[in-house]
Amino acid sequence: MAVTTTGLIRHFRTKKTTVEAVRGVDMDIGDGELVALLGPNGAGKSTLFRMLTTLLPPTAGTATVAGRDIIRDPDGVRARIGYVGQNHSAGDNFRVRDELVTQGRSHGMTRVEATRRADEVLDLLGLRPLAKRTPNTLSGGQRRRVDIAMGLVHRPALLLLDEPSTGLDPHSRAEVWEHILRLREELAMTLVLSTHYLEEADRMAERVVIIDHGLVIADGTADRLRKDLAGDRIALTLESKADMARIAGPFEAHGDTVHIRVPDAAAALPRHLRELDAAGVKVVAAQALRPTLDDVFLALTGRSIQEAA
Amino acid sequence: MKFLRDTMTVFSREATPALRDPVSLVFAMGQPLLFLLLFGSLLDTSTGTGTWQWFVPGILVMMCLVGPMGAGHSLLVELTGGSMERMMVTPLNRTAMLVGRNLKETITLVVQAVLIVAVAMTLGFRLYPGGVLAGLLMLTVFGVGLSSLSFVLALRSQPSGALFWVVTQTLMFPLTLLSGVLLPLEQGPAWLRAVGAVNPVSYIVDAQRALFAGRFDDTSVLHGGLVAVAVALIGLVVGTRSMRRGVTTGA
Repeated sequence: MAVTTTGLIRHFRTKKTTVEAVRGVDMDIGDGELVALLGPNGAGKSTLFRMLTTLLPPTAGTATVAGRDIIRDPDGVRARIGYVGQNHSAGDNFRVRDELVTQGRSHGMTRVEATRRADEVLDLLGLRPLAKRTPNTLSGGQRRRVDIAMGLVHRPALLLLDEPSTGLDPHSRAEVWEHILRLREELAMTLVLSTHYLEEADRMAERVVIIDHGLVIADGTADRLRKDLAGDRIALTLESKADMARIAGPFEAHGDTVHIRVPDAAAALPRHLRELDAAGVKVVAAQALRPTLDDVFLALTGRSIQEAA
Repeated sequence: MKFLRDTMTVFSREATPALRDPVSLVFAMGQPLLFLLLFGSLLDTSTGTGTWQWFVPGILVMMCLVGPMGAGHSLLVELTGGSMERMMVTPLNRTAMLVGRNLKETITLVVQAVLIVAVAMTLGFRLYPGGVLAGLLMLTVFGVGLSSLSFVLALRSQPSGALFWVVTQTLMFPLTLLSGVLLPLEQGPAWLRAVGAVNPVSYIVDAQRALFAGRFDDTSVLHGGLVAVAVALIGLVVGTRSMRRGVTTGA
């Protein structure tokens, strides 16, 4: 197991109130999995990450990361994981390559070893031409690639990425995704990333763990979650609103369009059209709707992820 | 072994940008010299003989106050960015993170001190080698303590960093002025002298002046030494504890 958590809890106490950021997370992540922790801002994803990376001690509960206990052997965890935090890993005034060498040496490599490894990860992320630049002269996407490179220097088996594409423009975001997916293929790593972008969770991850108010509220493949929790719909726009009365079975009306829940929208659409045609209802537009992960979140919480943020 | 290696890793990280930019390094190192020449010459004409003997230890103490503040500031920047966090997620020894940063400050201070003494000698400063060495040692110890306290302040100022500025800005001027670094306190009003007497920096300044004049047996040397060691011990103990506790911001 790459990650096992048992009843992980973290409270933040301020003068007036106690914020229960993580309220008891039990989660297993196997070796080689690619998992996205999806949830709105403030759901507790970062707090969970900070506990798994030993930056923050849990209030209660335990976790094993890369085979080491986060409380009893934090150095063991640190030696075995790569962490790409929400902020930039490389210092503003340091050359990219120097920071990579420092990172290698921080993990116990000799200077020669660390230098060779720095050059390898520079090549891996297409950063060679930027080796002598300082991060404050790089674009957002380039900086993010540097951050990822920093997490790879010591060849960790597990890489944790906290919102890797937040704040990037769509082009840079796509580029970062591509790099992460390629890493997985080439290096056979376990990847855990957190995100509040539905598209990111959907596109990248094989497994999506949805987190809200400090709890895991759903866990499965994106397809499974969609099928089980939201389901397909077909949308039919009728010529006359009055015809709605002639539709058999339950539906939701949105203006002159009706939404009908079905197990498989693509298969159900022609059948529904035939039936309505036979009943004399004129349909002017028809669409098979596959649910998004936002629909899943909506079904679970009654809120949209974007609104909840 | 690991501790030494980790200290060197942190130290060489901190030192590399300066070494890669020799021009800025020369200017940074030379800046106190400019202060020495301009301010010292002014004092020289107004107070007469013995000025350099009096002023050189003062300016060294002042550098010893300014340097650690800068070190705290650079840590603060790295805390609000993500580079400190990334280092916390490595097996790097936590005390080494503190000592490695301190080492860079200390070496800078010693090099600047040697430069200042060398330049002052051409202006009439009389060198007591033993006294100057002992003085630098005391300043180093004091500086290590101050840097560590500055790091603690930076860590505690998270996430906005405002606390760091409030504390350093309110403390720096009184601590500096009321220690008699730049102008003698003896001529000030009684209340000013009273405040100066409770300012720990005053003891360091008095001790430095005694040492730089070759007076090892002066009681101020003992007092200054005790203050330096006390500040260093407090700084290192509190600093290491803060580093261990780590970067604990954000939900």
